Amino acid sequence: MSLDERFPGTDPRLRIRDLDVTFATDAGPVEAVTDVGFSVDPGEILAVVGESGSGKTVTARSILRLLPETATVDGAVLVEGTDVLTLPASTMRTVRGRDVAMVFQEPSSALNPVFPIWWQFGEGLRAHHPKITRAEIKAKAVEALASVGIPDPQTRVNRFPHEFSGGQKQRIIIAMALSMGAKLIVADEPTTALDVTVQAEILQLLRDVRDAYGTSIILITHNMGVVADLADSVLVMYQGKVVERAWATELFASPRHDYTRKLLAAVPRIGSASASAGLDQDAWARLDAAEVVTAASGMDVTYPGRLGSPAFTAVHGVDFTIHAGEVFGLVGESGSGKTTIGRAMAGLEAVTGGSLTVFGHEMRGFRERRFRPLRREIGFVFQDPATSFDPQLTIGECVGEPLLVHEPGLRPAARRERVAEMLEAVQLPAGYARRYPHELSGGQRQRVSFARALALRPRLLIADEPTSALDVSVQATVLALFHELQQRFGFACLFISHDLAVVDQVAHRVGVLHRGRLVEQGPGFEVMTHPADAYTRRLLASLPVPDPVEQAERREALRAERGHDTHA
Amino acid sequence: MADQAHLADPRDPWYLRLPVVADLRRSHGLQRGMLIAGLTLTAILLVTAALAPLLAPYSWAQTTDAAGVFGSQQPPSARNPLGTTVAGFDVLSRVIWGTRTAVAVMACAVVFSLFLGVLLGLVSGYLGGWFDRIAVMIADAVYAFPSLLLAIVMSIVISGGRSDAWGGILSAALSITVVFIPQYFRVIRAETIRLKAEPFVESAKVIGVGVPRILFGHVFRNATRTLPLIFTLNASEAILTLVGLGFLGFGIEPTSASEWGYDLNRSMADVTSGIWWTSVFPGLAIVLSVLGVTLVGESMNDLNDPRLRTRVKARRAPAAPAASGKEQR
Repeated sequence: MSLDERFPGTDPRLRIRDLDVTFATDAGPVEAVTDVGFSVDPGEILAVVGESGSGKTVTARSILRLLPETATVDGAVLVEGTDVLTLPASTMRTVRGRDVAMVFQEPSSALNPVFPIWWQFGEGLRAHHPKITRAEIKAKAVEALASVGIPDPQTRVNRFPHEFSGGQKQRIIIAMALSMGAKLIVADEPTTALDVTVQAEILQLLRDVRDAYGTSIILITHNMGVVADLADSVLVMYQGKVVERAWATELFASPRHDYTRKLLAAVPRIGSASASAGLDQDAWARLDAAEVVTAASGMDVTYPGRLGSPAFTAVHGVDFTIHAGEVFGLVGESGSGKTTIGRAMAGLEAVTGGSLTVFGHEMRGFRERRFRPLRREIGFVFQDPATSFDPQLTIGECVGEPLLVHEPGLRPAARRERVAEMLEAVQLPAGYARRYPHELSGGQRQRVSFARALALRPRLLIADEPTSALDVSVQATVLALFHELQQRFGFACLFISHDLAVVDQVAHRVGVLHRGRLVEQGPGFEVMTHPADAYTRRLLASLPVPDPVEQAERREALRAERGHDTHA
Repeated sequence: MADQAHLADPRDPWYLRLPVVADLRRSHGLQRGMLIAGLTLTAILLVTAALAPLLAPYSWAQTTDAAGVFGSQQPPSARNPLGTTVAGFDVLSRVIWGTRTAVAVMACAVVFSLFLGVLLGLVSGYLGGWFDRIAVMIADAVYAFPSLLLAIVMSIVISGGRSDAWGGILSAALSITVVFIPQYFRVIRAETIRLKAEPFVESAKVIGVGVPRILFGHVFRNATRTLPLIFTLNASEAILTLVGLGFLGFGIEPTSASEWGYDLNRSMADVTSGIWWTSVFPGLAIVLSVLGVTLVGESMNDLNDPRLRTRVKARRAPAAPAASGKEQR
């Protein structure tokens, strides 16, 4: 069956045939994309999903010929019937922007910081209309900004990128695509760098753009919730090949390919595997009676301002306690201060007000010398497994380092044994001790990260977004491992994440941070099912669920609530 | 990660992981040609310096042989293959012995500045505070001086004027060191500050690793990747500074060691009277040795930058039967 011919009679806006992309690397040629073919119809929103390295971004970039020089591209990419792969560079420039526009992942780096917004519109417009005047550019820019919902476009068109928030910058980039009349927008992870509540708004905007202008959109994402929210049809890629192409409703209801099934099963959902829902009265009582490991009361963290600017308060009057054996989940958007709290508990950040005690040690007025003996009781897992290991050390040396520091009397052979034991605990073969960090995948490295953090059997673990740099399926296995390790070693844990569904899976108690304040805390299932605070409600409503039908309902509910908010 | 991909495989034998050898192994085309040319020239310089007593027909300060005095400004002949200078020295011998001075100064200058600069950079970058601020201020002040002027001042201070062979070499080397320390200091300090914020250094801190172990175990090992590069680029600059000092008359006595810059200075008057051999050969020696070391440095610079490094272009192999088998799975 050819998926290319789903709409006989209509001309597809984009048709890709037999696309092969090979990269020249130091280790010889690497085939990033093999034999990819699909088409996008006018007004269709196609989601390209897959794990990192599946070739989804490479495929999308080949449409605009934005691949680096080391890439060799074969096949045909037909935009409105013209093969862009064979076009000379000058003709290619007219295709970019006019026919195809691109929306990048990081809106902050896609805009030039030293020019006002209208000038950035002018760049694209001038390329296609060389005689356009400044007044015309501004008029067009104002019109486009208004259409994407930037308030007060007449004055704001003269502002600079840093005066806009991340979500607004992404809107501006979409507006730029619209002002050029782009008929196809390639959006490469357009909401990954944004918070959930902003993500919901951008997804709504993309849907409105399609409805109003009939623009085709290729949406590259790894987030199945985003796919369910926005996409008409879905293309699943795996190891550089297309494994499945289907309508979104069909794909979520009855995935055909094994890989798709695995991918969908791995997506965490609130309430599906809540760690706190299964606990009975006794279990809660036992948790509450356990020794207090960490207690914060009225804790402040303030960064001194530069000359002339006021101090910045990252954490404001936060109270919480973590008991032995308890997993405390801390959720919040970027900039809410959740990482700061975790770092303060490890002595990496100074507490400036109130009190924070870790094993009874007051962290305000922190002195490394006095705190060092307690370090062996604390493990820390960092967000990015790629950078949290010294690239010059082997895995064995990395995991053995805490032992070397805190148990200097241990013989090398005994240390190696302990390292092997730890690697086994995180389900890695002991032979990995001789490998180097860059030879492991992201998920394996995060396992090693847990092994290192737990090597001294600490009573407290601080996990700062341990799964957010990982693919969904890898995230699922790492979360399962975390659960098992917590059961086995019984450590208390501060689990920091921006993903409510992940926190729901691991945490007994959950705290919700908003702009440095803890707006709500309580047992996980209670916060997730009966949120008391308006912000928590908005956070939960903005989280897209991986089911198109349910998501459509939630979307309506969110829109209703937001309409309510603006009236109030 | 992309910037780890080009590290040499840590399991290769140690000699394949040495900076220059690893660079040579992964180079292609023009870059490889440049590197090989540079390595050849540098090798010739080093071999000549090592074997100078065997290669040179006479000593650097010899004006007579068994047959009598050479004579002043004699054209090339069987007795003096490259002629003689105005003072009656054999040009070939002085060019060959000059490599020794050049290599000695280069080695001393680079090693001194390497040790001091790296140590200062590491400590200053990691600890920060008032020590860092003062060190940066001094480094900036040194930068603000023209380097040759500073070298002249230093050489006067150190040697108090003219001196013997090793005194001259050391004073030249030390005055170059003063100019170079800020460069190493700056590079290592910047790297240290970057690495200090890296999660792997923070994770060491969280484990409770002490400052010396973090500095030399984690930061130093990761901060030194650019060093072979500055090392080679500075080596060529060291030769130029030495020669410049000699040319201006702040170098080494002609009787204590041979030095190209001094010879060039002496030969200036010869050029106008048509005596070419006294200036061309020392000049050529300077150009070739600087060119050799610079070529090595520049190609290492290009090879260490993944964006500049050329690779063998991918050629699409006809679909292998193994690949189609994989598709079915």
